[in-house]
Amino acid sequence: MKRALERGRLARMLQRGRSRTVRASRPRSVLLLFLLLVFVVPAALAQVRRPEPVKGDAALEERLHKLSQELRCLVCQNETLADSRADLAEDLRDEIREQMKAGKSDKEIIAFLTDRYGQFILYKPQVTPTTYLLWFGPFLLLLAGLAVLFYYIKQRRDLIAEQPLTSDERKRAEEMLRSVSGKETA
Amino acid sequence: MLRYLILIPLGLFLVLVAFLAIGLTRDPREVPSPLINKAAPTFRLPQLQEPNKTFSAEDMRGKVWVLNVWASWCISCRDEHPLLIEYAKTGAVPIYGLNWKDRREDALDWLGELGDPYVASAVDIDGRVAIDYGVYGAPETYLIDQAGVIRHKHIGPVTPDAWTKEFLPLFQQLNREGAAK
Repeated sequence: MKRALERGRLARMLQRGRSRTVRASRPRSVLLLFLLLVFVVPAALAQVRRPEPVKGDAALEERLHKLSQELRCLVCQNETLADSRADLAEDLRDEIREQMKAGKSDKEIIAFLTDRYGQFILYKPQVTPTTYLLWFGPFLLLLAGLAVLFYYIKQRRDLIAEQPLTSDERKRAEEMLRSVSGKETA
Repeated sequence: MLRYLILIPLGLFLVLVAFLAIGLTRDPREVPSPLINKAAPTFRLPQLQEPNKTFSAEDMRGKVWVLNVWASWCISCRDEHPLLIEYAKTGAVPIYGLNWKDRREDALDWLGELGDPYVASAVDIDGRVAIDYGVYGAPETYLIDQAGVIRHKHIGPVTPDAWTKEFLPLFQQLNREGAAK
């Protein structure tokens, strides 16, 4: 009930707002058109260009797409093989498609490609002695960070730990206090 | 002790800067080939000038030779071409061409116009052989030894510097080794 009321008020407010902005509506529609041109049209065009002609079997295309998303296009190096429109990328996709049709596994296809183009074609590098640092480096850094943290906390705890006064120190402290309070009362 | 620990982040930062600085001087387009010191992939393809004759990497056994990937649509190949003609004239190394994804008429026109440095060119219309060689852009140039092993790959146009410093010394060394055998 209350919500319905509020909605009614909101609608009225909106309407009022609209009637008030009638005069301003022409520049606003120009702006809207401009925004449409700038943001929507290129996106629509881009979408028209993206999909590749599907050649036959959908499951195979799906598998090809999935695999080629993990592969780098060597011509435009920041694009995946799945997205690239470069000639070579198309050739490589054809090659992969044919190998898939011939019943090769993803692993075999990746081996085929790395034999020719090297590890660089993989966005996800394999775990080999040369990539150990890449794969395990972050954990090493984590361990180093934990060691530093541990060391710091230990030191800090030692620093703030209460150390009871020895009887000598207590005597000296009491003397000091007495002398100070003596001066104050004097 | 704790005072020196403060320097660790600075040290790590400097190491990072050093790595990035080295990275800036390298060309990301030059992807090292895994095929170096591996057997050159075999192929048998029709020749450009005489389509009923074939050319195969196997035909070149016992010789040191250069395989240059080129195409008439490739702009850098045009830059490289006069140099290749010059190198071919010296007769130091036989240069063979792999005409990559080109049209026969265009390729022949191109050679007719600019001259032909190649002993022969093999025609790779669908680019399959190029994939076997790990080609990802023309021009690319391979030096292959007597046993059919790829000994060197140059990506991009072969500059005079690359020719005199990379190709010729390696070629001479391979020939010497071949003569010794």
